[in-house]
Amino acid sequence: MLRVDGLHAHYGRAHILHGVSLDVAQGEVVCLLGRNGAGKSTTMKAIMGVVPPSAGQVLLDGKDLAGRASFEIARAGIGYVPEDRRIFAELTVEENLEVGRRAAPAGSQGWNPERAYTLFPVLAEMRRRPGGRMSGGEQQMLTIARTLMGNPRLLLLDEPSEGLAPVVVERMAEAILALKREGLSILLSEQNLAFANAVADRACLIETGQLRHTASMAALMADDEVRARYLSV
Amino acid sequence: MDSLIVQALNGLASASSLFLVAAGLTVIFGVSRIVNFAHGSLYMLGAYLGWTLTSHGPLAELGGFFGFWGGVLLAALATGLIGAAIEFLLLRRIYRAPELFQLLATFAVVLVVQDIALLIWGPQDLLGPRAPLLRGATEILGLRFPRYELFLICVGPVMLGLLWLLFHRTRFGILLRAATQDREMVAALGVDQRRLFTSVFALGSALAGLAGALQLPREAVNLHMDMAVIVEAFVIVVIGGLGSLGGAFLAALLIGELHAFGILVFPRITLVLAFLVMAAVLVLRPHGLLGRKPSGLLPAAVPSPPLPRAPRWLVQAGAVALVLLVVLPPFLGDYALSVMADMAMMVLFAASLHLIMGPGGMASFGHAAYFGAGAYGAALLAKHFAAPMEVGLVFAPFAAGIVGLVFGWFCVRLSGVYSAMLTLAFAQIAWSTAFQWVEVTGGDNGILGVWPSEWARGKLVFWYLALALCGLGVVLLRRLLYAPFGMALRAQRDSPLRAEAIGIDTLRVRWVGFAIAAAAAGMAGALFAYGKGSVFPSFLGIPRSVDALVMVLLGGVQTVLGPLLGAVAYSGLQEQLVRISDLWRLVLGVAILALVLFFPGGLAGALRRREDDRA
Repeated sequence: MLRVDGLHAHYGRAHILHGVSLDVAQGEVVCLLGRNGAGKSTTMKAIMGVVPPSAGQVLLDGKDLAGRASFEIARAGIGYVPEDRRIFAELTVEENLEVGRRAAPAGSQGWNPERAYTLFPVLAEMRRRPGGRMSGGEQQMLTIARTLMGNPRLLLLDEPSEGLAPVVVERMAEAILALKREGLSILLSEQNLAFANAVADRACLIETGQLRHTASMAALMADDEVRARYLSV
Repeated sequence: MDSLIVQALNGLASASSLFLVAAGLTVIFGVSRIVNFAHGSLYMLGAYLGWTLTSHGPLAELGGFFGFWGGVLLAALATGLIGAAIEFLLLRRIYRAPELFQLLATFAVVLVVQDIALLIWGPQDLLGPRAPLLRGATEILGLRFPRYELFLICVGPVMLGLLWLLFHRTRFGILLRAATQDREMVAALGVDQRRLFTSVFALGSALAGLAGALQLPREAVNLHMDMAVIVEAFVIVVIGGLGSLGGAFLAALLIGELHAFGILVFPRITLVLAFLVMAAVLVLRPHGLLGRKPSGLLPAAVPSPPLPRAPRWLVQAGAVALVLLVVLPPFLGDYALSVMADMAMMVLFAASLHLIMGPGGMASFGHAAYFGAGAYGAALLAKHFAAPMEVGLVFAPFAAGIVGLVFGWFCVRLSGVYSAMLTLAFAQIAWSTAFQWVEVTGGDNGILGVWPSEWARGKLVFWYLALALCGLGVVLLRRLLYAPFGMALRAQRDSPLRAEAIGIDTLRVRWVGFAIAAAAAGMAGALFAYGKGSVFPSFLGIPRSVDALVMVLLGGVQTVLGPLLGAVAYSGLQEQLVRISDLWRLVLGVAILALVLFFPGGLAGALRRREDDRA
């Protein structure tokens, strides 16, 4: 459903992405793996149009979205959960969800706050709490819920386990698997290999802004040499 | 006691309209990060439109309740539409341009609206109708108090309540608050920012228009309303905290009451009082009463390329120009000589502002304060102590430098928009001092008879004097840029953190730079005073600060030579415009808009892009 082809991106004059190509099938969970600074986050931002790509294609169901404004890309059906969460600190949980809300496409079961609270019950207990007064894990749940409110067909999750306590990481993995069971396609980036192994079908290994290797998650876990080459520090 | 109660109620009534204006300003800033200098113009347009709608046409014929209130509401809506149009046609095109260019664009709108209002409504004060049902007075505690004022007192809290509901109970309001915190994330969630921006401009402008139209029964409509209200609105927004509605309300009450009682106690220095409060608030709370430290992403600093040494051909060209400036003048007429002398002073004035804006990385929207401080310093010495020109010219840079030290102490502590607003407020305070303190400054009549000494009265000699002093000033400023102090100044602009880490006291460097620039501007101002033989409050006025800004931006902030060329080009152009057209503001405003729209990176930026392409 998503096909990225030859994506280049710059920060100022620094050339970060050197032609990243990858794809995500309907209902598949793909994980971008790589060391710090490899270009995982930039790939996500470039897909989303937050960092405008300087060359390449971002095809969603065959429609090229590269170079469009990020609100148009969001409306086309891509949901983006940034690494730094970017909760609206002065808005309550309910209001944060409201910002993300968009009408569901006809004939599909849309997201609403109640459904989001079923996925993350802890949020239901703090509907009126300002986002700035939540823990990191709660904020991570809120930012995912907020993006889901836009009824995306494809979810970009940038390091969802980063900085979370182990028990919260487990909850997060369960939530992602629940979303996967509902047929949502997900592209996530991770540093935590165990987490990636728990949720992803396939891995894309990225290094210095280029895709180096792709394999099923199981194959990657069995291949010590590849892991050592691209992931070990 | 009775008069105190009346004054307190008066203060509350003014606070309401101040709050409406400031609320619009702060809401627009929160979402778009644009400081809308044209907000006062929208307020003025609201008043003029209200006047027209309530005294001409079908609503006026209808008269009575619906005639008046229909007219007021329609005026607010029309102003909202005008604001939306300004956003749609102008600002939308320059959101990516540097902050200064956005501010400059709204300045240009102020100029254009001034002349358009003059063309449509004429220069005379216009008296509006009285409000139906609210004529006459009511007794409160045995005192008669105008009903309309009581009504206005209620308008403020009611509008605050309505705005609170809008911001907390509607999707539109929630989106606006979210966008105030993190625009990029709002866009990534699928919200079209362009529509949000246009509608927030419409909302803010409608509030300004409403405030203007509501003034009709209180005071005559005139062409000075825009500047008077914008400075107060800035003061209120800065005191309250940028983007905070509650803060704006509190600050409006504070300033409204301060004015009401200030008139009783210190009738002459009401604006200075407001400034003192602002200074105190900013020292104690740098982000205003209810403001927060800007959350989310800070605007990325724009590191500038290192200043190149002047190439050989440029030095040679400069030498040739200098020889021509020395050799040619004896063959020129008096008019040409005095125009050239004015240009020399403008060159120094622009070069001094450039020190703050270019290498200093600060924005000053009130640089005329220091130009005027020099001019008034020399003129006051001449008037009260009969000091000769030589003494005046020595004294003026010190006078301006001291003013720069005082004002600068506050300005360099703030950053970006807060700092720019503060410089403007200071300049307005300097202006109102010159304007209101009639015994000392002569008020609007200025100080006459500030003539050069006997030996310098000839136009030719005065030209050489101007050339020598301005040339010296420019050379010293230029020298400063390459001295260790100039490097420290540039270092703190490019990265305050790293500059601090290598032992540069960034605040102090900025402060000293500010004062040096003020002193240089003071020298230009004193020469200007002697050239004209008089000083007037207009020397410190906003238009003169804008002149300096345009000269610097026209030439380019990033080059040393730019401001010099900009000054020559701009002061020549303005001189000609004023001579040939009464509508010079309109023409100038349109010219600035064209500059901003077609060269959003400045002329220097356009040139650099061409060089990049070649490289």
